[in-house]
Amino acid sequence: MTALECPLPIEEGEVVLLGHGAGGRLSAELLEDLLLPAISGSSGRGLIGRVPLEDAAVLPATGGAELVVSTDSFVVSPLFFPGGDIGSLSVHGTINDVAMMGAMPTALTVSLIIEEGLPLATLERVARSLGEAARAAGVAVVTGDTKVVNRGAADQLFITTTGLGTRLPGTRTSAAYAAPGDVVLLSGPIGLHGTTVLSTREGLGFESDIATDSRPLHHLVRAIAKAGGSAVHVLRDPTRGGLATTLNEIARDSAVTVEIDEAAIPVPEAVAAACDLLGLDVLHVANEGCLVAFVAADKAEDVLTAMRAVPGGEGAVRIGHVADWPAGRVVMRTLVGAHRVVDMLAGEQLPRIC
Amino acid sequence: MCLGIPGRIIETHESAGLLMGTVDFGGVRREVCLACTPEAEVGSYVIVHVGFAISIVDEAEAQRTLAVLRAIPDAIATELGEPLPAAPGGDTR
Amino acid sequence: MKYLDEYRDPALARKLLAELTATATEPWRIMEVCGGQTHTLVRQGIDDLLPAGIRMIHGPGCPVCVTPLEVLDRAHAIAALPGVVFTSFGDMLRVPGSHTDLLALRARGADVRPVYSPMDAVRIAVAEPAEQVVFLAVGFETTAPANALAVQQADRLGLDNFSVLVSHVLVPPAITTLLEDPDCEVQAFLAAGHVCAVMGWRAYEPIAAKYQVPIVVTGFEPLDLLEGILMAVRQLEDSRAEVENQYVRAVRRDGNTDAQHAIETVFRIADRPWRGLGPIPDSGLVLAPDFARFDAATRFEVGGITTAEHPECIAGEILTGAKLPTDCTAYGTRCTPRNPLGAPMVSGEGTCAAFYAAGRVPRKVEA
Repeated sequence: MTALECPLPIEEGEVVLLGHGAGGRLSAELLEDLLLPAISGSSGRGLIGRVPLEDAAVLPATGGAELVVSTDSFVVSPLFFPGGDIGSLSVHGTINDVAMMGAMPTALTVSLIIEEGLPLATLERVARSLGEAARAAGVAVVTGDTKVVNRGAADQLFITTTGLGTRLPGTRTSAAYAAPGDVVLLSGPIGLHGTTVLSTREGLGFESDIATDSRPLHHLVRAIAKAGGSAVHVLRDPTRGGLATTLNEIARDSAVTVEIDEAAIPVPEAVAAACDLLGLDVLHVANEGCLVAFVAADKAEDVLTAMRAVPGGEGAVRIGHVADWPAGRVVMRTLVGAHRVVDMLAGEQLPRIC
Repeated sequence: MCLGIPGRIIETHESAGLLMGTVDFGGVRREVCLACTPEAEVGSYVIVHVGFAISIVDEAEAQRTLAVLRAIPDAIATELGEPLPAAPGGDTR
Repeated sequence: MKYLDEYRDPALARKLLAELTATATEPWRIMEVCGGQTHTLVRQGIDDLLPAGIRMIHGPGCPVCVTPLEVLDRAHAIAALPGVVFTSFGDMLRVPGSHTDLLALRARGADVRPVYSPMDAVRIAVAEPAEQVVFLAVGFETTAPANALAVQQADRLGLDNFSVLVSHVLVPPAITTLLEDPDCEVQAFLAAGHVCAVMGWRAYEPIAAKYQVPIVVTGFEPLDLLEGILMAVRQLEDSRAEVENQYVRAVRRDGNTDAQHAIETVFRIADRPWRGLGPIPDSGLVLAPDFARFDAATRFEVGGITTAEHPECIAGEILTGAKLPTDCTAYGTRCTPRNPLGAPMVSGEGTCAAFYAAGRVPRKVEA
């Protein structure tokens, strides 16, 4: 066949893909290769090697406790889903990021980007949910902003929240502090949030009794810090990109191997079914209400007991441990007893038929 | 290729001339086309691929397969599989 | 989930492995034809546990991997047209053509939507009558009845805004082609359970007899695969070459005649090329004359398609089992799931992607 005119350009300049926002490898590349060098003004190479990317920043203490700050945008569609909505999610997501640095969130800022035409009743419902979630978590909304954009310039409603908190004395958690011998604890079942949101999508939809696990985790963090103190090395909530991506980030930033046991990872039956149906890997599915804690072995049992005593931590389990080699990998002992490397989510999570 | 998942028919109906049904997959329910398994009844398990039932699960055969496997004698008690690189101080369970 | 979880039982898996160890006396080479089987083998690490040097060769059973570049390029050209809603199984969205992929096209404004079922594409066509809805109808015999019924449904509903770009392939001609290759390493096959759920296994009986090769119709869970491998090894050890059925709970000898009837009504068997294997006679499906008006390839004029495979990619040799991904000079460096050069690196079941996800490296660095 002879070439006439191909409607597609041969050479394409790269553009942003949805996968750049999925929290996996593409997201990391966007940050490390473009955003961080551009913003920091340095070449970027070597920058990431020394500075792990955390859920929140710790600012130097000025007199009292260290200040922790984190910011996050929420663009979930639909706005309302079983067990939650964009309002409560925007509170939980940000205060959990603050909490992962071993801090108690105290204040929240809220910025709304609203699409022209959004029913006021919808906006009110989201705002009420946001307010209730903040009050329930004991966090004050201290300032905010509202912008309205043309129809089509945003999808109904986007929310950005910034959380502030103070670090608990004696805690010092970082994705770079996992050490060989650490025990890996998981606070509860995985996959609920991601499959819940997916169940509402056009073309992929299904009915189920699954609800999001979106919840504040700072009470759990307080219990972990109290029981484990400085033996608590890493705290992370495996949100976008799922447990696999979070563990890979920790393995990379700490230069260790994380070994997990597939049989020990709690997956609700309906979540497993949704993943089987759509061909998804539950380790890549988003969560909004669980955390992983890396704890020195001698304190692990105490921390586990403390976690189980806190609402939201009843299902806490030990899922693995840290080894020192080969560095930067996550290895899973599979159900049948073999071992395989667990990779982070590549780009966008897509259902498959084969 | 060909992801196919077994689920239980909980209801059947006709939609635009096609036999359809709601199938429950361990707590997840989806509408499935049953046109190729017309003899499937409510309560039957079918194997579903891209929203279409392609086969009715033969429950007696399913049990027999498992019975055959369970009847294999336990030849070795040791765990199979390559050990991971040593994990100093770690839990290698 | 019932009929899945029981077949993932670790204790029974160990029994099967022990039985396999007691049975196998040679390093048999067995090909699992289906990508879904490859997925389970690699995700569970089963191929690493096999005794006696038994090697699994991952076959051409992944539509992502065998869909010809020409079809992909045509799909991309159609998706880029204004007024087209391009629907596809999620698997195909990241597959690179000569120039681009569907996700990149979407980022540039094309209306590309992943669907779970071809019926969802029909539903979109009903709901959005002003749009031309195109469905990329790829797959093996398992998917063919679904795609056939979707076309029949569009016909019944009188939809003139629905069409399909068909790239259907058939397994038995591909197995025959592999066996005709003098370099073929395969000593036994695990046939794809869901393909056989639709088609039955009569078509495999003459193949087993002519080429004296055991063929075991096998399911997709760990125990299914281990039992299928055990049945194949028993045949090899006994010098038998029969078609056996491991997946008895889902597959009967005649398959699903209602599903076969749907395929025969809507499609016709035709010659077609496979990416990596080349042209194979009578190995594909095209729309039958009564349904030709639903053919997206004739509905949309996109000009000539010039294809260009990456010169470094050895997809063909990977698909025939002649080479391993780790034999490729680009594997893991210039070719990764993030930047795939060829199809086997794209799909989760693509041999190269499966190797990459499992962390397999060209030389064993693990002690």
